[in-house]
Amino acid sequence: MVARLAGVLFDGIAYGSLLYLVSIGLSVTMGLMRFVNLAHGAFAMLGGYLSVALVRQGVPFLATLPLVFVAVALAGGVLERALYRRLYRAPQLDQVLFSIGLTFMAVAAATWVFGPSQQPVRLPEPLRGQIRLAGLDLGRYRLFLVALVAALAILLRLLVERTRFGARLRAAVDDPAVAAAMGIDVARVSAVTFALGTGLAGLGGALGVEVLGLDPTFPVKYLVYFLLAVVVGGAGSLQGTAVAALALGVFDVAGKYYVPQLGAFVIYALMVVLLVAFPAGLYGRRA
Amino acid sequence: MIQRALWTTALLAVATPPAWAAEPIRIGLIAPFSGPFAEYGKQMQAGMQAYVKLNGDTVAGRKVEVIVRDTTGPVPEVAKRLAQELVVREKVDFLAGFGLTPEALAVADVATQAKKPMIVMNAASSVITTRSPYVVRVSMTLPQITVPIAGWAAKNGIKKVFILVSDYAPGLDAEAAFRKAFTGAGGEIVDAIRVPLRNPEFAPFIQRVKDARPEAVFVFVPAGEQGIAFMKGFQERGLAAAGIKVIATGDITDDHVVDAMGDAAVGMITSFHYSAAHDSPENRAFLKAYGEVAGGAGRANFMAVAGYDGMAAMYEAARKLEGRLDGDRVVEALKGWKRESPRGPISIDPETRDVVQTIYIRRVEARDGHNWNVEFDQTAPMKDPGKA
Repeated sequence: MVARLAGVLFDGIAYGSLLYLVSIGLSVTMGLMRFVNLAHGAFAMLGGYLSVALVRQGVPFLATLPLVFVAVALAGGVLERALYRRLYRAPQLDQVLFSIGLTFMAVAAATWVFGPSQQPVRLPEPLRGQIRLAGLDLGRYRLFLVALVAALAILLRLLVERTRFGARLRAAVDDPAVAAAMGIDVARVSAVTFALGTGLAGLGGALGVEVLGLDPTFPVKYLVYFLLAVVVGGAGSLQGTAVAALALGVFDVAGKYYVPQLGAFVIYALMVVLLVAFPAGLYGRRA
Repeated sequence: MIQRALWTTALLAVATPPAWAAEPIRIGLIAPFSGPFAEYGKQMQAGMQAYVKLNGDTVAGRKVEVIVRDTTGPVPEVAKRLAQELVVREKVDFLAGFGLTPEALAVADVATQAKKPMIVMNAASSVITTRSPYVVRVSMTLPQITVPIAGWAAKNGIKKVFILVSDYAPGLDAEAAFRKAFTGAGGEIVDAIRVPLRNPEFAPFIQRVKDARPEAVFVFVPAGEQGIAFMKGFQERGLAAAGIKVIATGDITDDHVVDAMGDAAVGMITSFHYSAAHDSPENRAFLKAYGEVAGGAGRANFMAVAGYDGMAAMYEAARKLEGRLDGDRVVEALKGWKRESPRGPISIDPETRDVVQTIYIRRVEARDGHNWNVEFDQTAPMKDPGKA
């Protein structure tokens, strides 16, 4: 009984870590830059397809991860400079229409290039199967996922709280006008932050092919889950997104395991309860 | 009287070719060609093209013309509107295709009103042929492919089975058919769960199967995404090592995707009516022609075969009726029709207008680095058990 519960918790945490990795960039753009970027899932999908394509060219799966991060971050940076920047001051409806349009373009482009079916991915041998730890069968890939995401989360936190860039970012968010007056290049900070967020989403997409699958409808299919993590956590809060993503992961897995009749409904119920209790999200900054 | 009428017709035919001889036979192909089910339409169309390649594009003196319409997915309203347009504007002689049950059900009324034969090339719910007297199905029915695997499991020492199906109509049909056939043969169903169709995480369901310790798990999920996700989880969680077999209907190891499933699929036992590995001269000829018309599009699967056989049915009707196509007479002509298909012998049941065929039990095996569904057991030709 206890072992099963621990197993369910572990699976939930692994799934939650993946949600966190993809959602964190969305949380930053929504909370800090006040931009509703519904095309965020498209960057995750781009990461997934890049990884699959590189593996097919003979690049080892693990080596594709840093490449994917850099490539998607670059793509995000370019799009930010070329398109997103123009809409920072625009009404939210414009932002939503723009980013959903971008999503549809991404879906169509992925269908055209890769076809409509699922992309298979083969993990390297050491990441396949399960290992036995303290009487528990744990998936190796999931262990890897949890460890990697935990390391990234710590790095992110250090970046935002301990570095000069982090200080500029926080200043730019609190009051862009004053920050600019103090000599901070707000436009550049936004671009770098956006690129970082999309890069992480791309990395999440590449890591997620094994767990979530990958087809051209990916950005639409999982958008709800990413938005849930952000909204429940409180947009803009790194910690909030982490807690919300883990909670969603654990409750989704536990719900499916213990009450399969209710299937995927459990997390929606949880979301309703949480949002009634914390309308601005668990770690919400705005009232 | 009749004699004279015939003579008159013959004379007229010599003097001026009648309108029907000049006009091509028009076939309206309604299927998904875009969206998540795009593969369905492409397979059917390539199957039809393969038949034309081997048998020429003229039958009973009339040229054959296929008009392709995309339903974009399981959208019944679109399928219905396309059927109406094909009947009214394009004056088609046949409606054909139908990847998914909702499309076929939506078009059945149109076929009845327009008195147009409707050749179903995939949609597999039992009920479809009862919705219009103009429906003739050449593909398969869900109970038809489900019941044999239950019988096989019971016969081969599997006593306790866990059922895992997708939570939608065909999944529930498969669950009911399997449960009835398996418990009828003395087996026990340990537990059954229905998985939501939109489901990003399969692992907990699979863990539940593992913890219930059945001898086998019967799976019915849509081919593609869910099938692959299930097999990944099955492999990752070591169910095979725990002695749990996977039994399923053959759509999960569809010839088009079985290779992409990798090692995870090897050893799966499924029941189905067609495997690209079926060894017969008809199948070799079909695969060769398919490769020529759809080179690079991957392996032909059961939908391509249904397109191929559907085309054969329409040619047969045109030949029998000497090109004079009329809905009621076409359906009459196809009742009891027999054919040596690439999948094996098939016929059309004169009572239900549904396909009668042999179902094979197959195991996924890797040969030269590619996965194939290798047939090792088979049933006698069977009707749709869902209508019995």
